[in-house]
Amino acid sequence: MRRKGVNYSRYGYYFTLPFVLAFLVFSLYPILYTAVIGFTNLQGIIPKPLEILDNPFQNFKDLILENASFKKSLVNTFILWIVNFIPQIGLALLLTAWFTNKRLNIKGQGAFKIMLYMPNIITASTIAVLFSSLFAYPMGPVNSLFQLLGWSDAPIFFLQDKTTARGIVSFIQFWMWYGNTMIILIAGVMGINPAIFESAAIDGANGWQTFFKITLPSLRTIMLYTLITSMIGGLTMFDIPQLFLQGGPDDSTLTTSMFIYGQAFKGSYMYNRAAAASMILFVIAAALSAILFYLMRDRDAAKLNKLIKQQKKAERAAMKGEV
Amino acid sequence: MEKIKEGSAVALRINRTIVYVVCILLALLSILPFWIMFVNATRSTAEIQAGLSLLPSTHMMSNLKVLLDKSFDPLQGFMNSFIISGSATLLTVYFSSLTAYGLVAYSWKLRQPFFTFIMAVMLIPAQASSIGFYQFMYKIHWTNNLLPLILPAIAAPAVVFFMRQYLLGTLSLEIVEAARVDGSGEFKTFNRIILPLMMPAIATQAIFAFVANWNNLFMPLILLTDKSKYTMPIMVSLLRGDIYKTEFGSIYMGLALTALPLFIVYFLLSRYIIAGVALGGVKE
Repeated sequence: MRRKGVNYSRYGYYFTLPFVLAFLVFSLYPILYTAVIGFTNLQGIIPKPLEILDNPFQNFKDLILENASFKKSLVNTFILWIVNFIPQIGLALLLTAWFTNKRLNIKGQGAFKIMLYMPNIITASTIAVLFSSLFAYPMGPVNSLFQLLGWSDAPIFFLQDKTTARGIVSFIQFWMWYGNTMIILIAGVMGINPAIFESAAIDGANGWQTFFKITLPSLRTIMLYTLITSMIGGLTMFDIPQLFLQGGPDDSTLTTSMFIYGQAFKGSYMYNRAAAASMILFVIAAALSAILFYLMRDRDAAKLNKLIKQQKKAERAAMKGEV
Repeated sequence: MEKIKEGSAVALRINRTIVYVVCILLALLSILPFWIMFVNATRSTAEIQAGLSLLPSTHMMSNLKVLLDKSFDPLQGFMNSFIISGSATLLTVYFSSLTAYGLVAYSWKLRQPFFTFIMAVMLIPAQASSIGFYQFMYKIHWTNNLLPLILPAIAAPAVVFFMRQYLLGTLSLEIVEAARVDGSGEFKTFNRIILPLMMPAIATQAIFAFVANWNNLFMPLILLTDKSKYTMPIMVSLLRGDIYKTEFGSIYMGLALTALPLFIVYFLLSRYIIAGVALGGVKE
């Protein structure tokens, strides 16, 4: 009955066409445009034709070699990210070890997950302004709390100190993301073959041994995935530092995204410099993606092969059944 | 032997207690800032200045009045955010499903290269192209327009990736064959048969797409300068401005209003959201 003659492969092109068009117009073209602007002298509010600089790499050179603010923003971005990521992955791993431990048998995991994940869903802008209100000086909820507990006699101007300001930004990021990381890691542990855990238990491994020798090595790919997506997320950190302290005090919470925004859209119209900074950001993100892509590729191919094999097996079984 | 067993039982009980205490503290840490936000939205500025309280007061309406008397228009912001997030979500889930189906159901020459390409561009941050995007939109007079915040949603590589994984696991090509025998066109088959089959995946991705668009600050901040076009996150940034400097009560009220819709959505759908995070693992 099958009409074998009809070739459907062209529908593959039709069905993916809207995606390709939208990608070309709204992603690829703007990226190329940004790259070109990075080589020009495009500045000022009045649009003018693009003009490539005599030394095309001048903007990049200025940024990397001379622009103290840009260099500072890169360093800040890295500090803010690493100070949030290490405790984030640490706490997420600890909670994963607890929640997946059969002997501990923790009740109410669903409710805990809902609570710990909650900050991730709320608008980052709202959280940033909320925290700046909570840490208000001279009288804000945190100052009230500190005095109530006897930790301080006089009100503390938290947001004037660089280290404290950075610490709070990192804390907010940590607080928003550790629940997300934990849920991903728990899902990863659930995916490990239970037979491995059973045989470890028979061999007399205790909880910590099982965790370090079996759970952690099996989570390697997932943790790498978390690491790299978190790095790219950290690289583009914008909402929290922008609305929390607008980069202050003394540019100590100025991130690279904020630098780009500040150069182009806050009255100075330095589009060429912002574009060059975007391209540097893009190159870093692309390098990170390339690493992730390389790490994930093999696993995906293996999965696909397994699926194909399963399908063939099922088909064969069905054929036998018919006979 | 008995003693060792007893000892380990005690140790287990102690461990369990520690775990519960830590988890409860962390849960409180998640709740407390938002609790203070909602409580302070009902307190007067003088009360907030006087100290911390975990119980609501009676100044909700006066805070709301002060808030609305200045440039804050939460209804307009809500409508703009809703139009953008709703349309972008529809476009994302429909076209991502379509693209994923094209990748799974048909074998075409460029299928594998196209999938490799999708994986490669999955993690490109919006910031990397923002200057070119702005200049492009400026040239075609689309700044202060909601379309540049909606239309790019057609190409969502991460969602396509997720949908493809889902289809690989669930789609049986026999259904497609059967539909063909019945004379159904390829598009009709997709819309009438495949799309309903994909609903569980679509629902999960729709929630995340909606929340991500709702919370987006960077692109709207660049593109929208007209107050009547402001989205919720831009409205929030107004609360940081000078006009509300000493009106703490109304600042908290503004924050509470922007967060409230998300809390409602979260508590209605939290089970699906948590399951979705575990499944996708796609971070924004």
